[in-house]
Amino acid sequence: MTNETTDRVVKAKLIGRTDFEDMILVPVIAVVAALLLGALTMLLTNVDLATIVRSYVALAVGSFGSLNALSETLTAATPLVLAGLGLALGFRAGLFNIGAEGQILMGGMAAVIFGFSFAGLPSAILLPLSLLAGVLGGALYASIAGWLRATTGAHEVILTIMLNSIAYRLVDFMLSMPAIQKAGRADPISKPVPEAAELPRLLTWIDPNLRVHAGVFLMLAAVIVVYWVLFKSKLGFEFRASGKNPEAARFAGMRSGLIIVSAMAAAGGLAGLAGANQVLGVLGRATPGFSAGIGFTAISVALLGRSHPVGVLIAGLLFGALEAGGRQMQVDAGVSIDLISIIQALIIVFIAAPLLVRAIFPWGFRKAAGSRE
Amino acid sequence: MSVSTTAMKRFGAGICAWFSAASIAMAFSACEVTDTGGIDDNSFNQTAWKGVLDAQEKHNISGRFLESQAETDYEANINSLLGGECDLIITVGFLLGDATKSAAETNPEQKFSIVDYSYDPAIANVLGQIYATDEAAFLAGYLAAGVSKTGVLGVFGGINIPTVTVFMDGFSRGAAYYNAQKGTNVMVLGWDPETKEGLFTNNFDSLDDGRAFAQNLYDEGADIVLPVAGPVGLGSAALADELGTDKLKIIGVDADLYFTDTEKQHVYLTSITKQMDATVLQVIESAMDGTFKGGNLLGSLANGGVDLAPFHDMDALVSDSLKQELADIRQGIIDGAIPVRP
Repeated sequence: MTNETTDRVVKAKLIGRTDFEDMILVPVIAVVAALLLGALTMLLTNVDLATIVRSYVALAVGSFGSLNALSETLTAATPLVLAGLGLALGFRAGLFNIGAEGQILMGGMAAVIFGFSFAGLPSAILLPLSLLAGVLGGALYASIAGWLRATTGAHEVILTIMLNSIAYRLVDFMLSMPAIQKAGRADPISKPVPEAAELPRLLTWIDPNLRVHAGVFLMLAAVIVVYWVLFKSKLGFEFRASGKNPEAARFAGMRSGLIIVSAMAAAGGLAGLAGANQVLGVLGRATPGFSAGIGFTAISVALLGRSHPVGVLIAGLLFGALEAGGRQMQVDAGVSIDLISIIQALIIVFIAAPLLVRAIFPWGFRKAAGSRE
Repeated sequence: MSVSTTAMKRFGAGICAWFSAASIAMAFSACEVTDTGGIDDNSFNQTAWKGVLDAQEKHNISGRFLESQAETDYEANINSLLGGECDLIITVGFLLGDATKSAAETNPEQKFSIVDYSYDPAIANVLGQIYATDEAAFLAGYLAAGVSKTGVLGVFGGINIPTVTVFMDGFSRGAAYYNAQKGTNVMVLGWDPETKEGLFTNNFDSLDDGRAFAQNLYDEGADIVLPVAGPVGLGSAALADELGTDKLKIIGVDADLYFTDTEKQHVYLTSITKQMDATVLQVIESAMDGTFKGGNLLGSLANGGVDLAPFHDMDALVSDSLKQELADIRQGIIDGAIPVRP
C-alpha cells in the first residue's frame, strides 16, 4: 500500500469510528453519567444510600420489570416517538421546530372532534379517519409556521413558540364551546371519544389494568415510513440536502420554500398523530393539559436519537421507561418524581454537548480526527 | 475518614430502614394520588396528605403518595398503586373522578376513597368525601364585606368545577347577605353565582397567575381577595405582602394558611378550612376496622368538616359586634334558619 492509501484507510476508519462514537457512545455515556449525577443529587439532598439503591431498583423494575411496567413504558413512549420522529424530520431539513406541543394539541383536538361528531360510523372507518384528522390538524397548524418562514423569513423557533401559546389558549376556548364541551360540566373538558374511535387496548384479556394500546403499531409503522422517506425518497434527499446546505440545495434546483413548508407539515402531521394517539388511546377525551409537555420532551428524544428514526425509537423507549419507572421510584422509595426530570435534563445537557462528554470521559474516544493530521 | 464513616453509618441506617420498611409493609398501607398542585401546596393536596400522616402517627400504618404532574398522569398513577400493596387508595380532587371510577370498576376488590367527588349511583368500593364548603365561605363573605374599606371584594378560581365554585358561591352570597342586613352595597368581583361565570386561571399550579389575577382585582378596587386555586393563591399572598395588608388582604382556602404558609402568614384575614385531614383519617380508620362502605361522607359546619379559621394577627380589625354577628349566622346556618343555597 502506498502512503496515500494508508492515509485514506486510516481516515475512513476514523470517520467510521467518529460516527460510532457520536451515534452510540455519547448517548450511552450521557445516560450513565446522568444516572450517576442523579444519585449524587439525591445524596446532596440527604437521601441515604440505601434509598438511592432502592430507587434505582424501582426505576428498573417500574420500567421493564413486569408486564404492567412494560405496558406503561410503551404507553408513555408511543407519543414521544411519534412527535420525536416529526421533530427529527424537521431537524434534518434544518428547521428547529419547537412547536410539537401546539401541534399535538391541535391534532388531538381534531381527532376528538372528528371522533364524537361521526360517532355513528363503524370502527373500521371511524378510527382511521379520526387518526387522519389528527394528522391533518397537526400538519395544517405546523404549516402556518412553515409558510410564514418561507414567505417572510420569520424564524421558525419564534413562530412555533408563539403558536404553542396560541394553541394552549385556543384549546381552552374550544373546550368551553357548547358543541365540544361535555354536557353538564362547567370546566373545559371535551365530550368523550366514542368507543368505535378508540385505539383498542391490546392486553386487557390478561389483566384489565394493562393500558398498552394499538398506538404501538402506529409508532413502529411511523419509524419505518420516516426512515424510508428520509433515506430512500427524493423528498427526503431534498430535506437533508437543504438541511446541510440550503444555498447549495437551492442552486441544485430545489425549491426551498416548498421544502420548508412540506418539512414543517410532515413534522406537524406526526406530532398531530401523537396527539390523536393520546386522546384516542389513553385519555378518551380532551382536557386543557392533555399535551402534558410531550412536545417538549420529544425535542429531547429527537436530539438523543440523533434525528435518526431508529435512534428516536430507542430514545423514546428510554424516556418512556424513565417516566414509567419514575412513578415506581416515587411509590417504592418516596423519591420525588421531579428527580426524573433532573435526570432527563442532565441527559440532554450531555447530549447537547458531546465535547463535554468527551472531555469528562476521555477514555473510549479516539482523539478528534483533526488533531491527528 | 469522618466522611466515610458517616456515609457508612448512613448506609447502615438505610439498610435498617429498608428492613423495617419491609416489616411495616405487612401493616395497613394507605396510598394517595394527588392532583397537579403537588403534595406541598400549603392547601388542598397537603391537607389531604396530612390525614394519612396523622394516621401514620396514630396507628403506625405505612403511607405513600404519588404526585400527578399533569392531568394525563391520573390514570397511570392510580394504575401503579394497584396490585395489592395498598389497602386503601385515596385520590385527591374532583378532576380524578373519572379515573377513580374506571379503576374502581375494573378492580372491585380494591378499596378507594376520593376527596371532593361523589358518585351517583354510589360505587360499592368507593367512599366519596364531600364538603358543604359554601357554609364556611358564606361566613367568609360576610366577614370580608364587614372588614372591607373599599366596599369591593375579589374572588377567582382555579378551574370552573363544582368543588371550586362552591367556595365562590358561598362567598358571594355571604357578602350579599351582609348587604341585605346592613343596606350596604359591597360588590364581589370575579364571580356571578347566577350565571356561574367568573375569573379562572385554568390551572392549579401557576403562582404567576395568582399574582396577576389578584393584581387585576386590586386594580379594580378590591381590598380583600379570595383565591380558590390551591398553591396559585400563594402568588396572590406575595402581592399582598408587597402592597401591604392595609391595601390588600387574602383569604386562604382548604387549610388554615396562617399555619401552612408561615412566611406570608400576616396577609391572611382568615381561611375557609376544609378538614380533609380529618375525613381522610376517618376513612382510613374505617378501612382498618372493617366498617368501610361505599357511599359519601359529608363535611359541614355542623360536624366541623368545614369552618372559618381564626383571624390571628388581624383579630383587631374584626369588631366585636361583627364577631357576634358571625357567631349568630354560624348558628343560623347550622339550624337551617339562614339558607346558604337559594
